[in-house]
Amino acid sequence: MTDRFPFPGVRFAAKRLLGAVLVLLVLSAVLYALFYLVPGDPAQLACGERCNPAQVAQVREQLGLDEPAYAQYLHFLQGVFAGRDYSAGTSLQHCAAPCLGLSHQNDQQVTTLIVEGLPATASLAFGAMVVWLTLGVGTGLLSALRRGGATERVLTVLTLAGTGTPVFILGLLLLMAVCAYLQWLPFPSYVPLSQDPEQWAWNMLLPWLTLGLFESAKYARLTRSSTLEVLAEDHIRTFRAYGVSERAVVARHALRGALPPVIALSALDLGSMMGGAMLTEQLFGLPGLGRLLIDSVRSVDLPVVVGVVLVIGTAVVLANAVADVLYALADRRVVLT
Amino acid sequence: MTPEQPTGSAAKTAETPETAETAEPSSEPLIDVQGLTIDFPTGEETLRAVDDLSFRLTAGQALGIVGESGSGKSTVAAALLGLHRGTGARLTGTVRVGGIDVGAASVRELRRLRGGTAAMVFQDPLSSLDPYMAVGDQIAEVHRTHAPHVSRRAARERAVTVLDRVGIPDAERRSRSRPHEFSGGMRQRALIAMALACEPRLLVADEPTTALDVTVQAQILDLLHDLREETGMGLILVSHDLGVMAGSVEDMLVMKNGRAVERGPVGTVLSAPQQPYTRELLTAVPRVETRRTPVAPAAAVSSASGPDVLLEAVEVRREFGRRKDRTVAVDGVSLTVAQGETLGIVGESGSGKTTLGRMLVRLLEPSAGSVRYAGRELTGVRSDLQMVFQDPVSSLNPRRSIGESIADPLHAAGTLTDAEITRRARELLERVGLDPQWYHRYPHEFSGGQRQRVGIARALAPGPGLIVCDEPVSALDVTTQAQVLDLLAQLQRDLGLGLVLIAHDLAVVRQASDRVMVMRQGTVVEEGPADRVYDAPQDPYTKALLAAVPVLDPAEAALRRAARRGSDGGVLRAAAG
Amino acid sequence: MTVQDVLTPGAGEPAAPGPAAGARGAWRRLRTRPSAVVAGAVLAALILAAIAAPLLTAIAGQDPYTYHDELVDSASGGAPKGSFGGVSGEHWLGVEPGTGRDLFARLVYGARVSLLVAAGATVLQVVIGVSVGLAAALGSRWADQILSRVTDVMVALPMLVLAIALTTVVPDDFPRPLLLVLVMGALNWGGTSRVVRAQTLTLRRLDFVAAARLGGSGPLRVVRRELLPSLAAPVITYAAILLPSNIVLEASLSFLGIGVKPPTPSWGQMLSTATTWFRADPMYVLLPSGLLFVTVLAFTVLGDAVRTALDPREASRLRVGTRKEKTRD
Repeated sequence: MTDRFPFPGVRFAAKRLLGAVLVLLVLSAVLYALFYLVPGDPAQLACGERCNPAQVAQVREQLGLDEPAYAQYLHFLQGVFAGRDYSAGTSLQHCAAPCLGLSHQNDQQVTTLIVEGLPATASLAFGAMVVWLTLGVGTGLLSALRRGGATERVLTVLTLAGTGTPVFILGLLLLMAVCAYLQWLPFPSYVPLSQDPEQWAWNMLLPWLTLGLFESAKYARLTRSSTLEVLAEDHIRTFRAYGVSERAVVARHALRGALPPVIALSALDLGSMMGGAMLTEQLFGLPGLGRLLIDSVRSVDLPVVVGVVLVIGTAVVLANAVADVLYALADRRVVLT
Repeated sequence: MTPEQPTGSAAKTAETPETAETAEPSSEPLIDVQGLTIDFPTGEETLRAVDDLSFRLTAGQALGIVGESGSGKSTVAAALLGLHRGTGARLTGTVRVGGIDVGAASVRELRRLRGGTAAMVFQDPLSSLDPYMAVGDQIAEVHRTHAPHVSRRAARERAVTVLDRVGIPDAERRSRSRPHEFSGGMRQRALIAMALACEPRLLVADEPTTALDVTVQAQILDLLHDLREETGMGLILVSHDLGVMAGSVEDMLVMKNGRAVERGPVGTVLSAPQQPYTRELLTAVPRVETRRTPVAPAAAVSSASGPDVLLEAVEVRREFGRRKDRTVAVDGVSLTVAQGETLGIVGESGSGKTTLGRMLVRLLEPSAGSVRYAGRELTGVRSDLQMVFQDPVSSLNPRRSIGESIADPLHAAGTLTDAEITRRARELLERVGLDPQWYHRYPHEFSGGQRQRVGIARALAPGPGLIVCDEPVSALDVTTQAQVLDLLAQLQRDLGLGLVLIAHDLAVVRQASDRVMVMRQGTVVEEGPADRVYDAPQDPYTKALLAAVPVLDPAEAALRRAARRGSDGGVLRAAAG
Repeated sequence: MTVQDVLTPGAGEPAAPGPAAGARGAWRRLRTRPSAVVAGAVLAALILAAIAAPLLTAIAGQDPYTYHDELVDSASGGAPKGSFGGVSGEHWLGVEPGTGRDLFARLVYGARVSLLVAAGATVLQVVIGVSVGLAAALGSRWADQILSRVTDVMVALPMLVLAIALTTVVPDDFPRPLLLVLVMGALNWGGTSRVVRAQTLTLRRLDFVAAARLGGSGPLRVVRRELLPSLAAPVITYAAILLPSNIVLEASLSFLGIGVKPPTPSWGQMLSTATTWFRADPMYVLLPSGLLFVTVLAFTVLGDAVRTALDPREASRLRVGTRKEKTRD
């Protein structure tokens, strides 16, 4: 209990990460089983409706779909960890280490497609996080500290309305108001950060606001309830009974207890936003991972679907582990196991 | 360890307590409460917690406020520091502390009063400290609040000084620990250190020892006493326990339902109470000196080695956790209980007494050893062995009527018809002193004592031969305690039950037991007939426990304190003499 | 304790043996909250409208599937003729741009899909969640380990992603509303299971369960008589949170084009086509948005009210005084 060395923390983190890897392995196996073994004939899907049986057989051989199930999965894993080769007609295509297979649509590597989608998704997620952390946490704190007043009522109604609004409705309304009627902003169209930072920011402004506002409601509620919970604890009473000013009580004692869940949830959300911001991406036409997933679902491009889901899963599982570690560091009462 | 010299007016009054006590009009009393009434609006009705209360406290004096739960004593303590502001409570009357009108004071004045003039020590020392912050930093923060010119470093040093003063060993290093790394007693010491840091003229202690073991309680009370002698600060000691008053305060105020029932010098109130309520309270307090009145002279069992041994445990042992975290809760305990006999098991927290009790009825499986009932080895729970639990709230299912709870074992057995079961449950209610008409009522409609009676009725339902009572009265007020103990004794007499009474309160155990086992850290340190163990204890731990029990006579309390202050030998002498 | 325990509402909190145990007290508290009454009334009207959809559309003389090409202006790409999206005596709320289908009929029929799918999914989630949670809390240590890890994964993975992915592997002729119920039910039971497991573990340690065991109740009887009644309150509370989130999820899937198949009407699907129409026909955005918003808000408000009604401790929390005095009486 008394040691102050980072060792228990390191061991805890290592344990969490190992657990995360295991979860991902299981997840990949389940996904693989689900997508490649259960429904109809992947080779037929890959080849297209109009292929004749001979062509389907050829595709099957190319993709290694004639092998037994476990061998296919092992090959898939081999691709992830060591890379693998595909024969596309006469030429041989090498797919380097984290290889998630080839798209059935255009023979592009899934990894390449994902890497292309990442910048847009990451731009959206991090920008939105700034919005929800300032707006959501600020609102939540304010309504907790002004408990019982008119401020709290207004904020409660607003956050309640916020939690009730699906993100695409919020986005649509913002689009209508800001772009169509007020014409303050042009219709967003994605410009990569590397190409033109200013245009990038202008065009991302509305998506950031949409997603950030949407998430703010949740954060306001969490911050409020967690602050109120801490404020009702006995040790707060102690410092009040010793004449410590209300501001110091909140800043030094209440926030310390109230913020760990907020930080942890942010880490979690950031992780799931790698895929969860799909609705916002779709609405604003951002070429991110979410769009990639939807497009590949529509065209039944199984390797891409599996690849994207796995990448999103990885992000989520890692974010979970990070959130646990952050939480444990912030709240020393949590026992590291 | 050199204690800080007290400064300011507190020191002067301390040097001349007699003059302070007698000189009236010139200096204002430290506390002056006039006609204080506190109402809590709760939904439709208003709850009057304090009703027209007036009292004064001269600087340097100590006043004890005693009362059962709901008497409003803690509410008074909180009102002294104006802690009701912003909670919706309505105050009328005046409260003046250190010359400040608490009700009318500005926020700034109030903040100076809190901690600066009057400091508070709370009941639960764990939750009263910030779990995220080092103890020393918390004390330094409070100190700096009242002495803004003091540097961070100096405040930190001050924190170490006061921690050292209250007897935290290795204070420099321990000041960097967080509260959860401290034991219960040390946390309470740290809270007292926080109070000391600002050199207040008044200490308000609200049930400061209720959550602590009896030996630790004695240490904390001694510490408060010493600090008062040293710094001359006044003390308001709020407690439900009459015993802690005798050695700690000069005057006493007995409260009931928000009103002052009786007040006066502690010796007078405790030895010659004027009011019937005070007398009732005092009679109900179990005393460790009192021998047990034999339950049934005819069936008296002096030794359990006879043929009628009901329950026998042989070398039972219980471990929790695995590998590195393994702890031994009970380490090879053997015992016997005869029919109609009460075995008392006494010990402080962590002694393993509750674990042992649960193993006796097989709610827990022993890691080793065996338990035999009526000569047969126990393999699981059985209806002959029942239990009465400590917490009257969690021991009854809130969503079932008390009648259903009592009838449940009969339904489970499935030998009686529904009509017979209902009749039997009503009989049982009557037997434990409750109205059979209450069959359909729910637990939340009852008081703690009544719920405990329901628990006893449920234990009786399957017709057991032996009941294990795990702290059956520790959550109850002292008058209710006596009634429940009487009920148990009467049932034992009528039904010839064997009883195992587990408690931390030495007096309760003596009052109700034929034989007593003293447990410490999972083992039995002493065992024997109750009178022998209490009158002539053999083990040093038993002696120390008995020496720490609060007594109701102030003179005796002072003697014992003096004895404790001496070496360990002193403790032993006091216990033996 | 992990982050998820902290973030899952209800998990880790002790079971609430509150005052006025039982449904009657809760019902009384619920009725006296104006916001809850309003929300309840709105939902009742909506549910009635959904049930009576064929009747209502018959009164209007419309149906959700008939095209009315004459009502849309093909010159402007198919925007409805007339003001406010083509509101008229026949088409109370106007017509759909492009097709001219009656908007009122499509909205009312859309409510059917929305509510039915959400309710079905909620029931499935609660059933799975309660079973898994109970099994984890009462089963062996290994069962608990495995089930808890599975629950962790279920809670952590983004629902929408998996739901979308799963719809790819199901044959096209499988009925879509049923598919949505199954997918949503199978993926989103983690929260319920956590709440149930945590509550059960807390309850199991309480003395009244020990007393029941001593009284001769077997494990099944303990679950039925002692545990399940106390689990009802947290489960209902959690289901009240799940329901509106399921409505949003169904709308989201339809919005992404992965929900119910056209021509079956659905609010989310209308909104996804509305993205191209919000300049020419704002009514087409505002009507389904408004309806969806009001429905979700009403469910959320009602859920909030149900929670406070079932847990009246919140109101009397900030009282000064020792803890001891509050628990004793």
